[in-house]
Amino acid sequence: MTYSQTQPIVQAVNIHKSFKEVKALNGVDLEIMPSEFTALLGPNGAGKTTLVEIIEGIQFPDTGEIKLFGKHWKGNKDELHHQIGISLQETRFEDKLTTRETLKMFASFYGLNNTRVDEILSIVNLQEKQRSYVVNLSGGQRQKLALGISLIHNPKLLILDEPTTGLDPTARREIWDILHSLQETHGTSMILTTHYMEEAENLCKNIVIIDKGKVLAKGTLEELISASKTSEIIQFKVLNKSLFPDFTNYSDVKQIEKDEISGLVTMQVSNTSDFLPELIGKINLAGCGIAELRCRYVTLDDLFIQMTGRKLTDA
Amino acid sequence: MKSQFNQLLVIQFKEFFREPGALFWSFIFPILISLALGFAFTDKPVVFQRAAVVLPNNADSIIIKPFLEKKCTQSISPMLTYQLTIDNQHLGKTTTQFIPCTWKESEIKMKRGEISIILTEEKGKVQFHFDPANSGSRLAYISISSLLDGKSLVSDQSEIKPLESKGTRYIDFLIPGLLTMGIMSSCLWGISYGLIEKRSKKLLRRMVATPMKKSFFMMTMFTSRYVFTILETIVLLIFAKIVFGVSVQGSWLAFAAIIISGSFFFMGLSILLASRTANPQVGNGFISAITMPMMLLSGIFFSYSNFPDFVVPIIRYLPLTLFTDSLRSIINEGSGIMDVLVPLSILSITGLITFTAGLKIYKWY
Ligand SMILES: Nc1ncnc2c1ncn2[C@@H]1O[C@H](COP(=O)(O)OP(=O)(O)O)[C@@H](O)[C@H]1O
Ligand SMILES: [Mg+2]
Repeated sequence: MTYSQTQPIVQAVNIHKSFKEVKALNGVDLEIMPSEFTALLGPNGAGKTTLVEIIEGIQFPDTGEIKLFGKHWKGNKDELHHQIGISLQETRFEDKLTTRETLKMFASFYGLNNTRVDEILSIVNLQEKQRSYVVNLSGGQRQKLALGISLIHNPKLLILDEPTTGLDPTARREIWDILHSLQETHGTSMILTTHYMEEAENLCKNIVIIDKGKVLAKGTLEELISASKTSEIIQFKVLNKSLFPDFTNYSDVKQIEKDEISGLVTMQVSNTSDFLPELIGKINLAGCGIAELRCRYVTLDDLFIQMTGRKLTDA
Repeated sequence: MKSQFNQLLVIQFKEFFREPGALFWSFIFPILISLALGFAFTDKPVVFQRAAVVLPNNADSIIIKPFLEKKCTQSISPMLTYQLTIDNQHLGKTTTQFIPCTWKESEIKMKRGEISIILTEEKGKVQFHFDPANSGSRLAYISISSLLDGKSLVSDQSEIKPLESKGTRYIDFLIPGLLTMGIMSSCLWGISYGLIEKRSKKLLRRMVATPMKKSFFMMTMFTSRYVFTILETIVLLIFAKIVFGVSVQGSWLAFAAIIISGSFFFMGLSILLASRTANPQVGNGFISAITMPMMLLSGIFFSYSNFPDFVVPIIRYLPLTLFTDSLRSIINEGSGIMDVLVPLSILSITGLITFTAGLKIYKWY
């Protein structure tokens, strides 16, 4: 393999893809470097699946160019299939085959044998379930099986489409742990789609926020937050809304949002410790009373709301 | 490479033998049907007919009344009836029940189909009232009139010789139909539905995103389906031989050739049907829409010659009809390969066409 470690392993340039009226992807550029974990973060319908399936060579862009390891899909199918490992959104494997048989079948496609099946069973921690039919596996176990299949040929690049959607926190945590240790032990690169900001923050150094077929922002968590110029958030509930003082002219307050029904106030401030004493003083003076005061660092969810006015988890 | 082929093949077998539904429809169901229908039509049928007897003043009956009272057994519950059973060694049992009632009652019974004939008597003559268009009524007329005349149902001058030579019983007619119907269902449900389901589960999409050889996938599917088809055929054939004494009288070569080409046709059709659909419900509808009419029209359970004349030529060229008729002629009439050459080529060639067309437009994703 003559491929250099300093060149991007995925290069997508100006990708467009439409389904009849729907513009699923509207000019997406993406570059992924070796050994990086990249999250494609966006709500349902953002175009994440379409994008990763184009990267995987399953769908084809209307216009734009896609290269993996410097190669186009056309003419390099066999080679690229050996380099990437994928897990599709919602694949259901054959009900009446066991975990082991399913792995064995996929292993045979890559010319691999039982030794590798045993290794995979231990990597994804499914040894105890190796003789269970797929139909009897839990959601988490099925996702681990899908992950195991994507890892079977030791790919350089893993592409996982919503690997933890619908799983409970424990099962999700287990998948995260498997992925973390892969990065440490194998230096695998990964692209993962998700609409959970915790997942993107926890697993991936690079985050690409996409919505309505466009990349809204990309970078590390720190870069994204510093680019947004706000980093701290104060939230509280106002007990007597009519007495709430006006904060619009304060230079410390970047943005203020009031929910008229619940009385929840969300302030984006440049420095909590500077501004908090002043805030409390002013509120005491006005006598409106507050409850559930919280101060926190800005999250990806906040950034997404800032950029789109919607929540990541909204449909 | 070799291990990939073997793995795919082994998995086809595992899926099949682990699905109780598939096993039932392929092996048990044809046997149950042949048992039920085979025995139902093997016992000599009992003819049971009812006649109303209307004798207004009881007194002036000189034929019917003595006949009822002397020849028939009387029963009074739930109402007064007379019954006579004639048992003939070859013909089987013929039971006639006579129900005395008023003219009005007899008319109602006739309208309800409870009786097939009404008897009255006037001046020493028995009168028979019935609809001559109804064959049951005509049969009742013939048998009752000879009973009243004191004759037996089978005349002394004639003799009944039931056909017992090979290939003429209902079960002989039925078994080839069950074989072909089983093969059709097995191919369409096994291949078509199986593929559509794999596509809807996104499993096909996942499998072709690997270096898996698509041709291996298809080849193992057909190989395994041929094995299942042959197993089904052998099981039903052995069963029919042991239980009913049905045996193949024609050439085994022709038998094998028609089974192979018939299966091939339905496999090709399966691929075409499964080439695009990703929705199992739609697939289900497609398959039912094809199998149901053919099962009814192609003469599986009863001969299609009873259908109106203008549809018979069409029915004759339905794939399942070609398949069934050929198999029937091999099993029952002793046909050889030359006798079934035409249907054999039609099935093989159309199979090849649907097969190539299906593969051409086949969507893996
Ligand atoms: N095969 C398709 N046919 C029609 N519309 C599609 C198809 N695939 C995706 N879309 C549409 O494209 C948009 C993006 O879909 P998708 O890539 O699945 O989003 P995500 O994975 O982020 O939820 C959605 O509006 C979806 O309805
Ligand atoms: Mg998706």
